[in-house]
Amino acid sequence: MNIRGKAYIAGAFEHPTRNAVDISLGQIHADVARGALADAGIDKKDVDGYFCAGDSPGLGPLSMAEYLGLNPRHIDTTDTGGSAYLLAVGHAARAIADGKCNVALITLGGRPKASGRLSVGVPASNAPEVEFEVPYKPMLAAMYAMVARRHMHEFGTTSEQLAWVKVAASHHAQHNPHAVLRDVVTVDDVVSSPMVADPLHRLDCCVVSDGGGALVLVNPEIAKSLSRPKIAVRGAGEALGHANGGKVRLTSSAAVHSGAAAFEEAGVRPSDIDYASIYDSFTISVVLALEDLGFCEKGKGGAFVADGNLISGVGKLPFNTDGGGLCNNHPGNRGGMTKIIEAVRQLRGEAHPAVQVADCSLALAHGTGGTLGSRHGCGTVVLERE
Amino acid sequence: MTATPDIGPDAYFQQQLEAGRIQIQKCDSCGAHVFAPRTFCKSCGKDALSWVDISGKGEVYSNTTVRKKPEDGGDYCFALIDLAEGVRMISTVVGTDPHDVRIGMPLRAEIEDHKGAKRIVFRVEEAGR
Repeated sequence: MNIRGKAYIAGAFEHPTRNAVDISLGQIHADVARGALADAGIDKKDVDGYFCAGDSPGLGPLSMAEYLGLNPRHIDTTDTGGSAYLLAVGHAARAIADGKCNVALITLGGRPKASGRLSVGVPASNAPEVEFEVPYKPMLAAMYAMVARRHMHEFGTTSEQLAWVKVAASHHAQHNPHAVLRDVVTVDDVVSSPMVADPLHRLDCCVVSDGGGALVLVNPEIAKSLSRPKIAVRGAGEALGHANGGKVRLTSSAAVHSGAAAFEEAGVRPSDIDYASIYDSFTISVVLALEDLGFCEKGKGGAFVADGNLISGVGKLPFNTDGGGLCNNHPGNRGGMTKIIEAVRQLRGEAHPAVQVADCSLALAHGTGGTLGSRHGCGTVVLERE
Repeated sequence: MTATPDIGPDAYFQQQLEAGRIQIQKCDSCGAHVFAPRTFCKSCGKDALSWVDISGKGEVYSNTTVRKKPEDGGDYCFALIDLAEGVRMISTVVGTDPHDVRIGMPLRAEIEDHKGAKRIVFRVEEAGR
């Protein structure tokens, strides 16, 4: 079933905190739920669909429904790491189109910073194949570093090209008062920052931050009754990638499939997109995703992001105008929710004026969760202002 | 299941390592080698996996040097290695400065003690050997 015109994002809210010292995880979820419902102008009692992922405390939706006081008739707890919220938008839109619910709430919260649990290991440490990796001291940045090095080897991509992703994000973050990092950086700043795992420097890595976000999706009748701009979910795709029994390829990701599915359902092409939120756990994540989504040819991602091409008002594809995970916020080590929220801001014309894309009517949001180069899940959504 | 020992494949793999043998699985049906250990072939889906010795030959597919302070153990090599058998595994390269490891370097597998167990590591194969 095609979801075009059958579900709308009516509410979006990003928690302002980046360091939730005295705020519980449950409270973050509640704060963002209330924020998104208020943004939409919808009463909590009307929520009949609830979507959350592995970041929510307790046992999936049970604990959160209790805490939030929800009585959903449809629930979904699909978890693909940080991209889960992209998948949730697709699932919520389909559930609404299918009549399973009319008002869907999606929440994310995390406080790795305040809790002192900085995630540098490999997600889902009880995955069946991890025992064969543990003797070699795996860490998240090391996997992405191997992706970057192989990309450089095959296509001649350079550290300076990767650095442009961070430079663009920093140009946007300077206008975001909530961003963790607001200083504009240069290519030289990035490549001269300390090496974490060759060839990735500290400034090639996203921030670790607390916070969260929420979305409210509604059916067309409700969307029409609200005073907010109508943001349609025009297409959604999801796909998994993995080591494939010792045959892993580092230079492409599941975005090849999630992107193709989303574009096909939306009936548009990458060249139609006015603004893109691209998951930026590391600079290489963006380069790989842009290639896999079809914004440029495979292997040309480095050249595509260089020279400010991702900077709003400067380049051809404005991206992550909130500063992204590289500068603004990567709440709970899961950057998917904030990607959708900034896309919604752009489509509503509510991004910061300095980074707002003129006449932004078609946006893409893309997430890469788990670990690129091994177990990962991608979700892509195409959103449209009607 | 053909020629599969009466313990799970994960445990058998480690048991062989402890006994000084590096074995991976090969599908009797389609001929594909399989790693990590499992009970069925990822290529054809059949459960006809046999354990075979590896040639020991490999090369670096990609690698990184994870930067650590000396007091935290120092920099170390983390790598994906292509075995001659056609499977790719996470491992490390020993006997060479991690900063000197390059994609495509020819390697030979060996077994080393690591935290009270055995693990597979790779050493750069010198020309002419």
